[in-house]
Amino acid sequence: MTKRQKRTLFRIIASLVLFAAGWFLEDWFSAGAFLAAWLIAGYDVLWRAIRNILRGQFFDEKFLMSLATGCALAMQDWSEGAAVMIFFQIGELFEQLAVERSRVSIAGLMDLRPDYAMVLRDGAEIETAPEDVQIGDILLVRAGERIAVDGVVLEGAGTLDTSKITGESLPAEVGVGSAVVSGSVNISGVLKIRAESAYAHSTVARILTLVETASEKKASAERMITKFARHYTPCVILAAVLLAAIPPLFFAQPFQPWLTRALTFLVISCPCALVISVPLSFFSGMGAAAKLGMIVKGGVALEQLSRTDTVVFDKTGTLTQGSFSVKEIAPNGIAEAELLRVAALCEAYSNHPIANALRSACPSPAGTVADVQEQPGFGITATVDGKKAAAGNSKLMQSLGISVRETEAVGTSIYIAYDGAYLGSLTVGDTLRENAAQAITALRADGVKKTVMLTGDNFRSAQLYATACGIDEFHAQLLPQDKVHAIESLTKNAQGAVVFVGDGVNDAPVLTLADVGIAMGGVGSDAAVEAADVVILNDDIGKLPKLISLAKRTVTIARQNIVFALAVKGICLLLGALGIASMWLAVFADVGVAVLAILNSLRALHSKTK
Amino acid sequence: MKKTYRLKNLDCANCAAKMEASIGKLAQVESVSVSFMTQRMSVTFADDVDADSLLKEMKKRIKKVEPDCEVAEQ
Repeated sequence: MTKRQKRTLFRIIASLVLFAAGWFLEDWFSAGAFLAAWLIAGYDVLWRAIRNILRGQFFDEKFLMSLATGCALAMQDWSEGAAVMIFFQIGELFEQLAVERSRVSIAGLMDLRPDYAMVLRDGAEIETAPEDVQIGDILLVRAGERIAVDGVVLEGAGTLDTSKITGESLPAEVGVGSAVVSGSVNISGVLKIRAESAYAHSTVARILTLVETASEKKASAERMITKFARHYTPCVILAAVLLAAIPPLFFAQPFQPWLTRALTFLVISCPCALVISVPLSFFSGMGAAAKLGMIVKGGVALEQLSRTDTVVFDKTGTLTQGSFSVKEIAPNGIAEAELLRVAALCEAYSNHPIANALRSACPSPAGTVADVQEQPGFGITATVDGKKAAAGNSKLMQSLGISVRETEAVGTSIYIAYDGAYLGSLTVGDTLRENAAQAITALRADGVKKTVMLTGDNFRSAQLYATACGIDEFHAQLLPQDKVHAIESLTKNAQGAVVFVGDGVNDAPVLTLADVGIAMGGVGSDAAVEAADVVILNDDIGKLPKLISLAKRTVTIARQNIVFALAVKGICLLLGALGIASMWLAVFADVGVAVLAILNSLRALHSKTK
Repeated sequence: MKKTYRLKNLDCANCAAKMEASIGKLAQVESVSVSFMTQRMSVTFADDVDADSLLKEMKKRIKKVEPDCEVAEQ
């Protein structure tokens, strides 16, 4: 509790005591006690109301409360005027505390800002602000300390808790050469780390910026309710005026009971319970996502996710691991090792993903290689151990006049020729993520109607991956602009929202175009983080179904809050107009609705994860 | 250009909504979002707008809704 809140609490207690005294005292003493209770509980409300009127701000709840309770006192309803003010203050205090609590618990989830970095300079340890760490500085990270900037381990080994960054609950073992991410906490061991980025460009700073700007994109429910509140309050006030004026003027009714009813309307017209309930629900939903290592940029993304109809996946790096390896070796009358050796030598200097895969299949090949010529779209020719060699597709072999046996293997096949003879073929492919099929089944169970895979690969390999993970539809051999067209036509045909999931490499336009763009695999690429609506901080595709069910839950809670708040307000207005509901009930309804809406919203935060 | 400000003592959700509506009416402001939950306001405006004088005008409008609310640059 802040100082201000403690003071309010003290005032509430004091006014409650006076209020109780008012019941036992008689006549003017009683009235004086109630009046004092009213003043002590509500002097700041009154003062704010006066200042607001001077600034030309009417119709805010401070003014409405002052007017309603002031009129009650003027009609000598002493206890009612005081009680309503006290309850209003209790409600406000409770609301503030509840909102603060949820704010703190959500901020706690994102508590990953490093406080300091230990920089080694000339053998001495210097405590430095993370912002002052230079690229190339050597940092010392002891057990229990948080890594301040992204870097590489130079010395030592340890175990890192990366859960706040990636949502991955298992600790990661790191050793010399491992890349480490800022914001993770060293659980055991001592690490010497070379800083690879400045703090402002490190993972943790990017995540924090993302979180801080997260609630910019408001959900339509949020916008709707504030718009509604803007009209609601003046309308109810107008109704109150009519209620006080018409029956006495035109129907010869006594003035006082109708004025009381009108004052009840003024209390009910306070909009805060409505306005608080919706953003708080979405905020809690975003907090729950953050707990799972997903950053949702605003309520609108949750709203769209809750009506997901089609989920579109990029293949490479999303459904698959995005790392190529040799899947099939078909030697032509020689040993497998010899085939791999020649291939690795040919590809020794290329940085094509396929070359990387061939090299890692035979890490340090014996022999010499010279005259390497890369022919883009075909392959490589080189001189290996003094004789002509070639590694490439069938077109390359054709041009060299070498006849090959075409393989049926799925993936990209590389044919190898050496000294004018055909040595055999190697097929390189990607690996499907372990839980891809499981994630797609879960999505379908969650009501997703269609799953689609987009890929630049050839039809045959696309088909293989699509079947393996049980995807409904796939589009192969797409160029980047074709992916954009594919999303456009899917959006046109979908009833609900179209969600695109990519690894953020080269797919920023598609991320923007889809109703919800999800970038998987961290905050590596600026363009992807900017374009995406949701960033999944690690590359666990299994989080996607969790995200969608969380979004549905959040939206349900927000809707419950809207309906509940409107219903209670409506019933109270009706009862108030009939003279059944008193100002007491009205203020209870207002405060009670706010509190229940807040508690309901917190359910989104503590959402169960299947 | 986009700028984010911290709003201290932003006490009520409806006030945040009012501020958003009032600042949104400023001609220089392209878009504005006031979040009660994060106590932050982010404003987008054209690059040739003088940020300081805009801030002054925004502060005036914020104070009008909630006199105790302090605006701090991030």
